[in-house]
Amino acid sequence: MTPMTEPADPVVVVEDLTVRSRIGATVLDRVSLAVRESESLGLVGESGSGKTTLGHALLGYARPGLEFASGSVRIAGAELLGRPDAGLRPMRGRFISYVPQDPAAALNPGMRIGAQIREIVLVHAPDWDADRLAGELLRRVELPADHAFQRRFPHQLSGGQQQRVAIAIALACEPRVIVLDEPTTGLDVVTQGLILEEVNRLRRELDVAMVYVSHDLAAVSQVTDRIAVMYSGQVLEQAELGAIIGHPRHPYTAGLVSSVPDHRRPQHLVGIPGVAPDDPDRVPGCLFAPRCAIKIRDCEHARPPVTEVADGHLVRCIRWAETTRPLPLPRVMTPPSRQSALLAVSELTARHRTRGLTTTAVDKVSFTVWPGSCVALVGESGSGKTTIARCLAGLHAPDGGSIEFGGERLAAAARHRTREQRRRIQLISQNPYESLNPRHSIADQVGWPARALRGVSKRESQSEVGLLLERVRLPARLGERYPSSLSGGERQRVAIARALAAHPDLLVCDEITSALDVSVQAAALDLLRDLQRELELALLFITHDLGLVAAVADDVLVLERGIQVETGDVISVLHAPAAPYTRRLIGAAPTLPLVAPESGAP
Amino acid sequence: MNADARPTPAPSAALLAGALRRLRLRHAWSTRIAAAALVLLVALVAIGPVVAPHSATALIGPPFAGPSSASPLGTDYAGEDVLSRVLAGGRTVIAFAFVATLLAYLTGGMVGLIAGYRRGWIDAVLMRCMDVLLAFPPIIFLLLLATGFGNNVAALIIGIAVVHMPGVARIIRAATLEVSVRGYVEAAVARGDRLITILRRELLPNMAGPLVADAGPRFTVSILLVAAVNFLGLGIAPPTADWALMISENRAGITINPLAVLIPALMIGLLTVSLNTLADAFASSLGTTLDTESLRR
Repeated sequence: MTPMTEPADPVVVVEDLTVRSRIGATVLDRVSLAVRESESLGLVGESGSGKTTLGHALLGYARPGLEFASGSVRIAGAELLGRPDAGLRPMRGRFISYVPQDPAAALNPGMRIGAQIREIVLVHAPDWDADRLAGELLRRVELPADHAFQRRFPHQLSGGQQQRVAIAIALACEPRVIVLDEPTTGLDVVTQGLILEEVNRLRRELDVAMVYVSHDLAAVSQVTDRIAVMYSGQVLEQAELGAIIGHPRHPYTAGLVSSVPDHRRPQHLVGIPGVAPDDPDRVPGCLFAPRCAIKIRDCEHARPPVTEVADGHLVRCIRWAETTRPLPLPRVMTPPSRQSALLAVSELTARHRTRGLTTTAVDKVSFTVWPGSCVALVGESGSGKTTIARCLAGLHAPDGGSIEFGGERLAAAARHRTREQRRRIQLISQNPYESLNPRHSIADQVGWPARALRGVSKRESQSEVGLLLERVRLPARLGERYPSSLSGGERQRVAIARALAAHPDLLVCDEITSALDVSVQAAALDLLRDLQRELELALLFITHDLGLVAAVADDVLVLERGIQVETGDVISVLHAPAAPYTRRLIGAAPTLPLVAPESGAP
Repeated sequence: MNADARPTPAPSAALLAGALRRLRLRHAWSTRIAAAALVLLVALVAIGPVVAPHSATALIGPPFAGPSSASPLGTDYAGEDVLSRVLAGGRTVIAFAFVATLLAYLTGGMVGLIAGYRRGWIDAVLMRCMDVLLAFPPIIFLLLLATGFGNNVAALIIGIAVVHMPGVARIIRAATLEVSVRGYVEAAVARGDRLITILRRELLPNMAGPLVADAGPRFTVSILLVAAVNFLGLGIAPPTADWALMISENRAGITINPLAVLIPALMIGLLTVSLNTLADAFASSLGTTLDTESLRR
């Protein structure tokens, strides 16, 4: 049944694939790509770029509401589109398999993992020895293969183990191609590093082609040979990894590459202004033109054709010859004046109590924030960093230690602090979809803190809103809208504007960019840095991403399960980490390969 | 995917307008029929006594007389005009049920808000108290009250409110628990906004969906409870006209003039069914705005 193919022949061929929603909106627009035998292709794109739809299309699947309008998807020479489900089923599993984003949701919670692995073998390869294979597969993804482990339920596994099981299931029937859809997105840095290693090892051992779908260019660069960059349903550029990183020919790719934070080099992230179009069908020209710095008039009239600029390097841009990768601007490190501390936290201890069970989330943590400086709190989930933020904001009562702000000791609860103290510390929380009240207009919410904390009249607070919105680089007319009509990046800017309305001295930023796309994240950081300089703000920047630390922080505090393992200035912590945990974090953080960027025009 | 981006005057007004607009867009016939029936009923109850051919308590003929030109629905057990009594008899049921439901939301809602917002031991104590109330069988509890206080309308209303309290408290507590961990509520707490401001600005507007969905059936249950107690003769005393009371008064003559029982029963049925259908439609149209929030995540 398997057709003989030369090793270099493409095993996956997508030609002019167009996917539309039932109401006619274009989701994928004439996408063509090929994956050769045992090659690994990275599909990189931001939210809404259509990368997951394309990943699904490789399995002949379109999510309800979407339909294949035209084009073709061939796996090992067999056409997938137009087949009924019964015709697709033998293809899936044997020829192409899928590793979903959230293994906790993808694995059946009521079935033991051994049974889940055996099931796929029984369905797709009934004449194989499923019992023997289940053990072999678990060993292959470096999990215990014994009977006891196979009898575990998914909830008895860690996130990383669950993802390994999902990979084992995908490998079960020796497919020719595996589609991995954001397989590390929900995982901690160290676990992500291990999974990426695992994927690489399997790639070497198994000779299987891979399509790795992700928004994270740095992670993708660890496991792929070629990269296809997607934007608003189109593949804008595809090339070898080195060419994408070192010589991007599409301005979007160039912007994306320079948006990726890198912990090895403290540099300003450049980012891309604006957001992707809401409705690509209404953009007559190049989809990226509205955000493009080097567009010309022709860019806005017709969709640019695909040009092969070098062997295997395809670009959808008529200005490809002018594209340069922006040179990274090294950060000018100006050490903060360490004279009188703005915030002094000493021996802070905080516990969580649930049903009589007490866990120490923060254990004797001490640090100082100097006026106008930025301190980064770094750690994985469960390291206690959010609890520290909540203690500072007066939302969580500490169990020990003290918090001194401006020389005065702060009360545990916000309502016991003076209005002035509450005004000077502002918290921006992680999830932009929950940080704004969906029932109030933007202007109302942005104006409110001025009324509540500075005693400004309603009229006056409303007149400040326009300026505040412009300060966070949003149009002033956005004020009359409601949060539901804003993108994640816009919402987070509104949340920043709301915090600024109080005229704070310290902004506590709790993972404020973790829900944002990289190019949007870079722009948000850029904004934060400017605000910090203009308003002489001090920042407490909480993150799990060491690259961001390098981009914004002066001092760094590394937390491991509530314990402070390392403290120091950003250069010494990132370049000469003392604690083993810090070294592990730095070792696991994915970075782009160091390719010397070209200088000037080619 | 985006909700309407047009500017709207005030948040609560916007919420209502949005829900009404979506309600109009929904071309479900059941919703339309229910709305029409409810409008008709309310009009009937409002202007009924004015247009009634007779006084609700005037004796106009022999008991259980069949329909005639003077009384289209015949007469009841005392010889009063059934049509006039039907026209007048809706006010008590609807008013009592409305006041009782409102009272249940004020008291139970407060309990639920405090329990859900403060959590900890306050939550535990309040909710266990509600569980105790939940253990009373509603009808027996109301009958007990009625026997204790006699035909006392205030006792009846308070009794029904108490019956609803635990349910309301549970719903509101659950909604509060869910909303109060959102970033905007935490931001308000960190700002030191007063509790009442947090409730009014941040919590209540975001609980409208589940609240409306719950209020419809609850109002219906109140109507049925009022009707049940009145039917048993423990609520409103004759000769006041009341639909439930009418069913009870005239059941002896159901074979002679069935209209005297059927028409009031039909009115109660129509009221509860149309109210429920409409509340469901309204809640789901409110619900869509809430759901888009979670979908975008």
